Amino acid sequence: MTLSTLWVVAEPAGDGLSTTSLELLSAARGLATTVAAVTWGPGDHAAQAGEYGASTLYSVGDLGGALPGVPVAAALAALVAAGAPDAILVPASYDGRDIAGRLSARLDRPVLTNVTGLADDGGLATEHPIFGGTQVVRARFTAQGPGIVVVRAKSFAAESAGGAPASVQAAPTGELGPQGAARITASHVEERTGPKLEDAAVVVSGGRGLGEAAAYAMVEELARLLHGAPGASRAIVDAGWVPYAYQVGQTGKTVKPSVYLACGISGATQHMVGMKGSKNIVAVNKDPDAPIFQIADLGIVGDVHKVLPALIEALKSR
Amino acid sequence: MNVVVCVKQIPDPAAPASLDPSFNLDRSGKLILDEADTYGVEMALQLVDAAGGGEVTIVSMGSAADVAGLRTALAMGAAKAVIVSDDGLRGTDALGTAKVLAAVIRRDLPDLVLCATESSDGYTGTLPVQLAELLGLPSITFAKAVRIADGTVRVDRQTEAGYDEVSAPLPAVVTVTAGVVEPRYASFKGIMAAKSKPVEILSVADLGLAGEVGSAGARQAITSVEAAEARQAGEKHVDDGDGAQKIVEFLESLKVL
Ligand SMILES: Cc1cc2nc3c(=O)[nH]c(=O)nc-3n(C[C@H](O)[C@H](O)[C@H](O)COP(=O)(O)OP(=O)(O)OC[C@H]3O[C@@H](n4cnc5c(N)ncnc54)[C@H](O)[C@@H]3O)c2cc1C
Ligand SMILES: Nc1ncnc2c1ncn2[C@@H]1O[C@H](COP(=O)(O)O)[C@@H](O)[C@H]1O
Repeated sequence: MTLSTLWVVAEPAGDGLSTTSLELLSAARGLATTVAAVTWGPGDHAAQAGEYGASTLYSVGDLGGALPGVPVAAALAALVAAGAPDAILVPASYDGRDIAGRLSARLDRPVLTNVTGLADDGGLATEHPIFGGTQVVRARFTAQGPGIVVVRAKSFAAESAGGAPASVQAAPTGELGPQGAARITASHVEERTGPKLEDAAVVVSGGRGLGEAAAYAMVEELARLLHGAPGASRAIVDAGWVPYAYQVGQTGKTVKPSVYLACGISGATQHMVGMKGSKNIVAVNKDPDAPIFQIADLGIVGDVHKVLPALIEALKSR
Repeated sequence: MNVVVCVKQIPDPAAPASLDPSFNLDRSGKLILDEADTYGVEMALQLVDAAGGGEVTIVSMGSAADVAGLRTALAMGAAKAVIVSDDGLRGTDALGTAKVLAAVIRRDLPDLVLCATESSDGYTGTLPVQLAELLGLPSITFAKAVRIADGTVRVDRQTEAGYDEVSAPLPAVVTVTAGVVEPRYASFKGIMAAKSKPVEILSVADLGLAGEVGSAGARQAITSVEAAEARQAGEKHVDDGDGAQKIVEFLESLKVL
């Protein structure tokens, strides 16, 4: 290993750290001798961070309602000033991107984004899918100082290494100035049952081919019957049929379920980049030339209004 | 209230994209206003309208050989545009671009700076926050709704679980997601008026940034570009009333059922 130290921004989610954070910790410990994690919020994540490979957990503590971007980047910048790692790995999430951007400007260091692979080639090399994942770009940092790398979810497997709890150190933010003035005044949780889109073993997604918002109920019903999660193409998110959180693709979620069922989705490159890592792909589309069929293990050329109700009946009667 | 909207002119995403020999996206063809930025332009126009005064300024960096994309934003109703165009800027990374945009915006700081959450061709999604940090301003990303009152911007911000209400004092930087507002189509009158609205073209030297930005200042390099592993198509079956049964059998073979 030529990399000595990697830091991972470990984002709190629910009671623990986010799945992507655990994926990054798992990847980091295969690349560098020493891994440290940086987290925030009231939770105690020392055991989990240690289990996945961090020896030290820097904790920024309670943010007092501030959006994480500014305070976490400020704390990271102070830590870097005291001793820089080779690179800082950040999950590609709402807050992760804020932290990476703020830190980049503070340290005057570039960010490499949309990373889906990491390698050690005598320094940290990154992989980025481009043109809808049809090509892969490899890149690296060329100047001194820690690289900031924003990594997409599901790029690595989250695997426990059974490590001892990380030793916790406080990471103060210092004075934040006007930048730090954004405050969360209320949080709204949208009720959702069943597994999360990113974690589901089965994902059933709907697209514009459903014809109208009401037809999305078939997708939800199928997801429920298959103990999976419903997803969507951007076309129907933009049309307001379903929330943005359902979107699969370049600007949405990356999913890798064991079965992905695409209903009335054409298979634009920007959609496929978010789901072509699925183990098995089933597509229902009335156009025999729809690009989605090029990657489907089973393609049904047919009308969603016929195939989906029949499928729902068949599953119900089992 | 004055609003700056940062917009990018990009090659038509519907046309096949390619990289030039130095691994930069080929932008030699026709450029259009990034669709992702039309939401910011619309949002800015609505906010200025609601405030009862002020104007919308479009700020961009990139080639000024074609400013049709900027004219689109002007035709929608923005008052003027500024574009920084300089051969020396080729290969500039997001942070370099943020430095350039910050230098323009700082000349006459508005109440609000709007960006898209990410551009359609670069999609780093980091530039707006880098810009906010360089300007010393608070930022709220992933806005689904934006309201302004009493010198405060209030945003419904998309989260994993739903959304947060977030507020910040102005001036501030906000990024808006697609679909938040319905971008207006420019009227014929708007298109005609846009032809005579000012488009200021600046160089890096005009901004006093020579040597600080551009590929000389870039600190990352692409080492290779390769075709990704392709996925093979499997069985294709024309539904004849048996499509659902085919799917059930496939799921059974995978032990999902
Ligand atoms: C920068 C950028 C980022 C993007 N990011 C994303 C992203 O993250 N995710 C994403 O999904 N898209 C993304 N897109 C949009 C993408 O390019 C496509 O526009 C979108 O995926 C199309 O959605 P769709 O397949 O539902 O709709 P369409 O492309 O309109 O396809 C509808 C399909 O339904 C079929 N159909 C119609 N009626 C029926 C019927 N009765 N039965 C069966 N089939 C039927 C049609 O044959 C067609 O193939 C992005 C685009 C850009 C430019
Ligand atoms: N060259 C540019 N000129 C003006 N604005 C830009 C430029 N690049 C990015 N932006 C703004 O930053 C947003 C995010 O871009 P990106 O970081 O490329 O995903 C864009 O939607 C624009 O609002």
